[in-house]
Amino acid sequence: MSAIEVAGLTVRLDGTLIVDGVDLAVAEGEWVTVIGPNGAGKSTALRAIGGLLPFGGTIRWHGRAVDKLHRRERAKAVATVLQSPVVPPGMRVFDYVLLGRTPYVPPLGRESAADLAVADDVLAALDLAPFAGRRLDTLSGGERQRVFLARALAQGAGILLLDEPTSALDIGHQQEVLELVDRLRAERGLTVLATMHDLSTAGEYADRIVLLAGGRVVAAGTPAEVLTEGNLAEHYRVKVRIIDGDRGPLVVPVRG
Amino acid sequence: MGAGRPAGLRPAWLVAGVLTVLFATILGLAFGSVSLPPGGVAVEMLNLIPGVRLDSGLTEREVAILTQLRLPRVVLGLLVGAMLALAGAAYQGAFRNPLADPHLLGVAAGAGLGVTAVIVLGATSADGITGLPIGVPMAAFAGALGAVALTWLLGAAGGRDRSPATLILAGVAVSAFLSAAQTYLLQRHMESVRDVYSWMLGRLSTAGWHDVLVVLPYTVITSAIVLALRRELDVLTVGDAEATSLGLHPQRSRYLLIIAASLGTAAAVSVSGLIGFVGIIVPHTLRLLAGPGNRALLPLSVLFGAAFLVLTDLLARTAGGDAEIPIGVVTAFLGAPFFILVLRTSRSVAV
Repeated sequence: MSAIEVAGLTVRLDGTLIVDGVDLAVAEGEWVTVIGPNGAGKSTALRAIGGLLPFGGTIRWHGRAVDKLHRRERAKAVATVLQSPVVPPGMRVFDYVLLGRTPYVPPLGRESAADLAVADDVLAALDLAPFAGRRLDTLSGGERQRVFLARALAQGAGILLLDEPTSALDIGHQQEVLELVDRLRAERGLTVLATMHDLSTAGEYADRIVLLAGGRVVAAGTPAEVLTEGNLAEHYRVKVRIIDGDRGPLVVPVRG
Repeated sequence: MGAGRPAGLRPAWLVAGVLTVLFATILGLAFGSVSLPPGGVAVEMLNLIPGVRLDSGLTEREVAILTQLRLPRVVLGLLVGAMLALAGAAYQGAFRNPLADPHLLGVAAGAGLGVTAVIVLGATSADGITGLPIGVPMAAFAGALGAVALTWLLGAAGGRDRSPATLILAGVAVSAFLSAAQTYLLQRHMESVRDVYSWMLGRLSTAGWHDVLVVLPYTVITSAIVLALRRELDVLTVGDAEATSLGLHPQRSRYLLIIAASLGTAAAVSVSGLIGFVGIIVPHTLRLLAGPGNRALLPLSVLFGAAFLVLTDLLARTAGGDAEIPIGVVTAFLGAPFFILVLRTSRSVAV
């Protein structure tokens, strides 16, 4: 059974059709990255798959229809890191990560010792323990991104949705964060669905790539199958040279 | 390993809050047109506990002043202060807007219009509003909810994001409109002007326990709802999309909080008139001192808001000599400069 199964997904925002009949599946433990030009509907599709937007079609997580799940059950199954999460002013890193335990805290209740232990555990796993008492708004971009990941991991969900997880980072920190995600995927058996702009990076980390344009899937498959000069010329209107890398094709834009 | 505890209410802060309330209560009871020894006042308060009989050294007349005049007033001050500060903190969290306050959102003006309508339309008894009719808080609540809804809708006119400034501008417009409606009502019913005017400036003068008993249920309901939602309010600080992904229903939590805060504001306004800025001064000072987490902020706002208003009332009663200064005037003198301060720093102010 696939971890994520999407069939005929349509999403309208303010009456405009943004996602138009997307089918995609992500196997258990797989990393799939959605790419596409600006306005292709990547982020919107990801939010809908995460249960954050009303949608048409079907979305199943581990075989269960998303719209049949209670909000708290959803939060225990899928964790989403949005593109630029709001950083609450003055909040400590530990408290922010602890927010990930919200679906486990009973209404009117408070965090259990187990919830606190999970938060501590996640902070340690991401080398964030020294930051636990710091204010989130005083951390650098790379540190913040790790804290956002920590909050998502604290949800204890098997599926991780990442919307442009590296868009705010320099290339060093991009690599650091993506390596971290890959390590956690292996250690915790996570399924990852991400959106990304950087094509070479997308190809290096993803098992499979889905190319979205105009709200539709126009190509899907292994990085080598999707990242071709033809595909990119047609949908990004860019002239590129594809170089074979160790872990996937490297995409180099060249002047036309 | 780690930072250990979540940012809840620290016991030291709780103790400080309770002590401040006791301190303000004793001062509020001891001083006024007749000064009483604070020690004797404290002992006399202990005597209110059934079964306790201690000699306070106060004369019978002094005891009468204390228990029949000052105590109801101080208790009313505690309730009103607690409600205004709690409502301010709740609005600030629910709107994610550091400038939100019952007055600046137009809520108080809406409640005021409701009360004025009840007074001038003759629903009150012949002795004016000293004996608060049961219907007044309900009318105030209707006015308060109408006003906050109007402000929220108008705030959208300046863009979907409802920036802090836009929302407050909308609140100012709504306040102006509702005040105009109130003035119009008064103009048509000149016989009620005195009653309404003295009420409008903000007052805690009360005859006995009647007003306290009328607002008590509302304050209990408001406090229960807002304090129960204080963890959710912390989750809401990360934004609606994230809160949804964490299993919350952000709109529902927000509506509940706004309704509860409006109920508390309405109760406060209906007994005390328009006392502004308490909802700005108290929560913002507490954020600076005790941190931004709502789990600590909301209960502390109740305690320190209560103490703050009793002390302000003491100032209003004593600073002007024989003539009592309306308490709303005192809070505005204190609050307006404070508001400028918040405005200047609101980019970094934590909500």
